[in-house]
Amino acid sequence: MLGLNKKDTNLLIIVAIMTMLAPFLLNPFPEGSALAQFNAGYPDLMQRFVIFGIFAMGFNLLFGLTGYLSFGHAAFLGVGSYAAIWMMKLLTMNVIPAIIMSIVIAGLFAVVVGFISLRRSGIYFSILTLAFAQMSYALAYSVLTPITGGETGLQPKPNDPRLLDPALADGVTPRAGLFGLEMSSSTELSIGGWVFTFNAGYYVAAVVMLIAFYLSIRIFRSPFGMMLRAIKSNQQRVNYTGLNSKPYTLAVFVISGMYAGLAGGLLVAMDTQVGPERMFWTASGEVVIMTILGGAGTLIGPVLGAGLLKYMENILSKINKGVIEGWFAWAPDGLDSVLIYTVNMFVGKQWHITTGVIFMLVIIFLPGGLVELGKRGARVFRRRDRKGLGLEPDAAKQRNAAE
Amino acid sequence: MEAIILQFLNGLDKGSAYALIALGLTLIFGTLGVVNFAHGALFMIGAFCAVTLQKILSLSKVTIDPTKTDFLGNPAKVKTPYVQEWFGPDVGAFIIDWSVPLALILAVPVMIAVGVAMERGLIKHFYKRPHADQILVTFGLAIVLQELIKYFFGANPIQTPMPEAFKGSFDFGAAVGIDPNVIIYPYWRLIYFAFAMVVIGAVFAFLQFTTFGMVVRAGMADRETVGILGIDIDKRFTMMFGLAAAVAGLAGVMYGPINAPNYHMGMDFLVLSFVVVVVGGMGSLPGAVLAGFLLGVLESFASMEAVLNTLPGLNQIIIYLVAIIVLLTRPRGLLGRKGVMED
Amino acid sequence: MGILEVKDVGKRFGGLQALSNVNLSVKENSVHAIIGPNGAGKSTLLNCFVGKLIPDTGSVLFEGQSLLGRKPHEINQMGVSRVFQTPEIFGDLSVMENMLIPCFAKRDGSFELNAYGSVASQRDVQDRAEQMLIDMNMIDKREEHAAALSRGDKRRLEIGMCLAQEPRLLLLDEPTAGMARADTNNTIDLLKEISDTRDITIAIIEHDMHVVFSLAQRITVLAQGTPLVEDTPDNIKGHPKVREAYLGETQVAA
Repeated sequence: MLGLNKKDTNLLIIVAIMTMLAPFLLNPFPEGSALAQFNAGYPDLMQRFVIFGIFAMGFNLLFGLTGYLSFGHAAFLGVGSYAAIWMMKLLTMNVIPAIIMSIVIAGLFAVVVGFISLRRSGIYFSILTLAFAQMSYALAYSVLTPITGGETGLQPKPNDPRLLDPALADGVTPRAGLFGLEMSSSTELSIGGWVFTFNAGYYVAAVVMLIAFYLSIRIFRSPFGMMLRAIKSNQQRVNYTGLNSKPYTLAVFVISGMYAGLAGGLLVAMDTQVGPERMFWTASGEVVIMTILGGAGTLIGPVLGAGLLKYMENILSKINKGVIEGWFAWAPDGLDSVLIYTVNMFVGKQWHITTGVIFMLVIIFLPGGLVELGKRGARVFRRRDRKGLGLEPDAAKQRNAAE
Repeated sequence: MEAIILQFLNGLDKGSAYALIALGLTLIFGTLGVVNFAHGALFMIGAFCAVTLQKILSLSKVTIDPTKTDFLGNPAKVKTPYVQEWFGPDVGAFIIDWSVPLALILAVPVMIAVGVAMERGLIKHFYKRPHADQILVTFGLAIVLQELIKYFFGANPIQTPMPEAFKGSFDFGAAVGIDPNVIIYPYWRLIYFAFAMVVIGAVFAFLQFTTFGMVVRAGMADRETVGILGIDIDKRFTMMFGLAAAVAGLAGVMYGPINAPNYHMGMDFLVLSFVVVVVGGMGSLPGAVLAGFLLGVLESFASMEAVLNTLPGLNQIIIYLVAIIVLLTRPRGLLGRKGVMED
Repeated sequence: MGILEVKDVGKRFGGLQALSNVNLSVKENSVHAIIGPNGAGKSTLLNCFVGKLIPDTGSVLFEGQSLLGRKPHEINQMGVSRVFQTPEIFGDLSVMENMLIPCFAKRDGSFELNAYGSVASQRDVQDRAEQMLIDMNMIDKREEHAAALSRGDKRRLEIGMCLAQEPRLLLLDEPTAGMARADTNNTIDLLKEISDTRDITIAIIEHDMHVVFSLAQRITVLAQGTPLVEDTPDNIKGHPKVREAYLGETQVAA
């Protein structure tokens, strides 16, 4: 279907169903219950799942396929955001021109950065991209203030020109929308103790994400994608096979930058604001972490990684000392304070420690990320299954015979 | 003219910090072949050694002085730092005043321990993994260390004042016979520069004149051959990691009075120090030092008003700009050896 | 006029004159061996043919066109393929994918933004790659990870990848170095078969005299960066100059 093989089609369908049903799936706990704090089915968080999913997907096209580790990808996200906000200021609050422009401008910027950075590989490439991103950040913060709004950033204002939109009534703030459908509008559905929120912005972002995911599958399975994996595997052989690796890496760098720009544009479409901190190198580091956490070089890994990281950010940072004290109420005095102190180190404002530790553990023990974990789990499960059915001895016999 | 001299001097202290961090980064890269993104965290830990010592020294014994009363009429509580009680008020006050230089003594063993633990516990397992993995795992470590410091010490910068004796400034102009009161340079910055020169000199002398250093230099040039000679190069490289950590830590201790230590200072400096290493030449120790001072001074010149009026924002991007130009025109860096990580 | 014409090529590295006055002509559809003791400049010469090095003096013509200053991929697209001393294949990819890549390079040239259609849907290239694997006797290994192949199979795959591009000149750099006797003989047979059945010229650099004398129709002996003689294998065997330069040590031992 859609030019994909059966396995990929299934994957796409599963992802599509999951994203469409996310408001249900991410809200498994009834409102008001003790576990409700672990729900993730609210619009703001779901939007970030899919948008950062797109960002990580794009990063993965570059890093997962070619092995070029960019440490400055947030620059493209930021440039995309600025482009989108200017479309909202000058043209219309409709998100479509904003999103298109964010892709185009980020792509053009990626052509420039890629053309220069890709003249080097290895850690030099990483440092060049980092240098470009930090330069963009510094400039957005200072000299380019007329374009970027400097430290305070930009927001659509009621008195912006907006050529295509009718003038706003007094006191009305401009809101992003899609042909009359406001991004922030939501419908709530209550069933029993559960409340499910369906947000227009989330569904717009989710549809865009599915399209981006579909395209990423096609790139992975294309001859172009195979060439990129060949470049990662053995660049010398690529050149001696009559292939010019430069345009291949530049093309994927630009595509990757466009994905980042798209993510930046969508962020603006959801919350209509942008500031330079979106380009800071920590933001670039974040997409690296997401991709590797999920599984670099795999199709679904980056999306999972983005979801996991954003979930941890939201949930862990919400847990404060009071919550932990509740958890350890059973523990005897003395022990409870030790436990509370230890756990507190990993939650609340300190959630970055948890991310950092998990990230390190993944790099050390599980370089394939969540996807590899899933595969290993499946293997163990299958083996047990076979044992249960009494097939294991046969398999062992066969192995012995083969030896 | 005066302005130029002043900017040059202003660039030296930042340049010293860049040079010291870059020197450690290069030592680690040259000996172990590891790209260490956690090196900035070592600089930060050094600075927090000073913070910790200062806190310990100001631990006070609370006594009640019946002769005085506070504004509510209750007997006043008097805090006496333990050091003052033990060593007498004068010596005690002196010790507290000198806590930053004293922290150097604390920092050396602490940093060596941290460095060796890091190498044995983590980095060692990444020698044979790709550079990308090394960058990633040390990046993760840097995040963890930085957030731990934030957890224990808070997000706000903590002042670590310099000893009273070094407050004030040196009138450079008067000293060299031009207009006084034009080129004024704080004493501490001068001390920082001198300190950096001493540390750099010591590291070079250590590598040049000791057997240990000779083996390490040989190992940097050709690890396999040294291994064949039956020398346990790994143990020495572990020590080098400790040394590099100590250099970064000492640089951090002394930098405290210039900029109050905060949890993200390590990363701020790391990003720039990496650029410094690349400009100087991956694996070249003199290159790291030269590029450190060069970029520090360049940055300082770029922040001159005359420059900013014509090229606004140049001070923010000059270092990156230089790095991009150097990487594209002379990929091995200013003093890099041919063929070392050139592509 | 040969398919590869090398005229007065010289190359200096610092104080070392690696090549000087190299003149060489490789006839079309022949197997031409370049032999010489270690440090004679064989690999340097080969690198001058494929764009890795640019000689200081002289010219290298392939089918009348200069190769100098061209990038490796351009030279490859002109019809010159190279087999390396240690097999250079795509270790992370499957055997079939290894074979598909040169087939795509042959069809689409040095760059094609073919990012939408799937690899599986390109029947013509799939068929070609499959045929090549059958020719190379490797079709049963098509799904295997290339890095997991034996040394002999890696070599076989690499040669197959080069042939898939239908080069007119195949350059081999010590193709049997480090191989066991059986693997060496297999490789000799494979190369013989290739040169007998295909319209291809082979230039081979080799240490192993057994390989050279089993394959070559003409031999150039290189010593200290200069060709000593060029002749048929039979004449080379008895040539006094060659014995002196190349087999000098064995003579003393004898």
